[in-house]
Amino acid sequence: MMRKFAANKVEDIIKAIPMPVYAPIEENGMVQYDRFEEGAKLNLDTCKTEKSPKDLLFPQWEDMMHFRMEGKTISITEQERCSQDYVLFGARACDLKAFEVLDRVFLVDPVDTYYAARRAHGIVVALACGEPEDTCFCGVFGIDPANPTADVVMWKVGEEYYAEAQTKRGEELMANWETQEADAAALEPVKAEIGKKLAEKPFANLNLEGLDGDHMMEMFRSAQWKKLSMACLGCGSCTFVCPTCQCYDIRDYDSGKDIQRYRCWDSCMYSDFTLMAHGTNRPTQVERYRQRFMHKLCYYPANNEGLYSCVGCGRCVRKCPMNLNIVKVIKALGEEKK
Amino acid sequence: MIANELKKRALELLADGTVKRVLGWQKGEFEHDWSPALFETAEEMKGFVYGKYAGANLSKYCLKLNKEEGKTLVMLKPCDTYSFNQLLHEHRLNRENFYIIGVGCKGMEDQNGLLMKCTCCKGKVFELSDEVIDDEESRQPMPEVDRFEQVAKLEQMTHQERFEFWRNELSRCIRCNACRNVCPACTCVKCVFDNPGSGIASKANVTDFEENMFHIIRAYHVAGRCTDCGECSRVCPQNIPLHLLNRKFIKDMNELYGEYQAGEGAEERTPMTSYTLEDVEPGIVHERGNE
Ligand code: SF4
Ligand code: SF4
Ligand code: SF4
Ligand code: SF4
Repeated sequence: MMRKFAANKVEDIIKAIPMPVYAPIEENGMVQYDRFEEGAKLNLDTCKTEKSPKDLLFPQWEDMMHFRMEGKTISITEQERCSQDYVLFGARACDLKAFEVLDRVFLVDPVDTYYAARRAHGIVVALACGEPEDTCFCGVFGIDPANPTADVVMWKVGEEYYAEAQTKRGEELMANWETQEADAAALEPVKAEIGKKLAEKPFANLNLEGLDGDHMMEMFRSAQWKKLSMACLGCGSCTFVCPTCQCYDIRDYDSGKDIQRYRCWDSCMYSDFTLMAHGTNRPTQVERYRQRFMHKLCYYPANNEGLYSCVGCGRCVRKCPMNLNIVKVIKALGEEKK
Repeated sequence: MIANELKKRALELLADGTVKRVLGWQKGEFEHDWSPALFETAEEMKGFVYGKYAGANLSKYCLKLNKEEGKTLVMLKPCDTYSFNQLLHEHRLNRENFYIIGVGCKGMEDQNGLLMKCTCCKGKVFELSDEVIDDEESRQPMPEVDRFEQVAKLEQMTHQERFEFWRNELSRCIRCNACRNVCPACTCVKCVFDNPGSGIASKANVTDFEENMFHIIRAYHVAGRCTDCGECSRVCPQNIPLHLLNRKFIKDMNELYGEYQAGEGAEERTPMTSYTLEDVEPGIVHERGNE
């Protein structure tokens, strides 16, 4: 059922939610998902947060367990899993599609229980993208920014938010929001406008033809990787801001008396990524660079019924300090096909 | 126009075999997003550009190219020549592997306007070059500013305030290491933080305090060698003002050992790597500390 409320009431609605709410918060001129607290500056108008909400499910680093030696006994304390419901408020269609990509990694056997607990306890309130940015190209991957999938979906219509629960959990969440009945028909022009705006963006017509799991060796052997990767610093910023990058490392911090086992994000752009006793199988930045984009556009779809592991959020386009990105790769490799 | 002349000259040098490749810049997807690029043929040179979005310092890329066969033509803006020169001082580059064109610079920009590094330009002098291509306008100095102004403000803070300032700034760090990887003074073949055998290797640390220490350690390690090229702050995806850490060290060195600019002139020894009887005693730390 479609409901609506005045846009300036959105903070009241968030404050009334009886559990932690994570929303786009503006600080130092940057908008990031963070815990909403009294006095925080909510920013629901910026469509692209600096980092994605991936951190909520898969934080940059997390404690897994502690080992402690006392005499001859070792005690092991395991980190507790997330056990409290929370709300992710204001998430966008691309980032939510990215959750699907992550699910196919973390929720298949053997299930990652740390991730699974966070995923199960999160209630998602999505927001349609009124103002796609120049770097957005979600549409290329079949994602519709006007129709995200979530427990509750919101659309901004003039000075009002329209909201609709899409799941039972969403209905429960919305039950005590102060809203009025609304006519879903009012959304049609808003959705059409979003589609129109996205279609006018510079990357709207990227062509993925020939870039998929079926063209693995052609893509892999392309002579273009060397030039494409030349300026790459191997910094991994692109992987850290990417909502679908999922690689991690597990490390032990040994204080001499006890050991803290933690997990942290890793990046295929790093020289010590999956370093093995025999050395590394990706000796230069050319191979590392190729790996990142092969994974997004070829390996992942090859193993997941054609689903790409890029959602076109455009963060790597915006963030790479040397201005390298997946758009350049798609254009260069796609060009070869013609 | 400087760009046209540069291109013409580069094509000549490629054609007559003086150089095997050209290190310069190419356009991106938008107006402002240029990238460093390597050109090996006249055909490839069609993509060559120079102008106000050529902010990237190409010196660090020379480390890799130093091992290639034949000379590389590298284009250096005035400030970039300090970085290159510093790498020569440290014997990380062989001068004869490069043909250097000093390129005139009118201040570099990104989509947000003039780059931070250009707001305190070192001047339009080329520390080294085989030839210079510039014009009258590019020889004009940028407006003078005090690059230590913000550092001085930090110095005025109490320990606690300063501690909080840095804790807050560094709390945004995602440890991508872009600042380190772009830094022309960071040239260790294997950084201690990338070495699993070092015991402190870490992509992310166990505590955020340890994470903060990474930056302080890095600032110490480049002290006396940092030319203040501003690349670290330029590339940081989290907008952390890393240059303030480096400038604090530069300011201290200037005050304690006399004015010094890394990458300037032919002197290889730095205040940190030479000893004189006039050097301050370690106790200076206590005298200068404020509460
Ligand atoms: S590869 Fe780039 S555009 Fe694609 S999902 Fe990741 S950050 Fe977004
Ligand atoms: S592509 Fe860009 S963001 Fe990614 S590792 Fe290379 S330099 Fe860093
Ligand atoms: S610092 Fe000076 S020389 Fe360097 S890019 Fe800026 S204006 Fe040009
Ligand atoms: S570039 Fe910025 S975010 Fe990346 S490691 Fe350096 S300070 Fe941290």
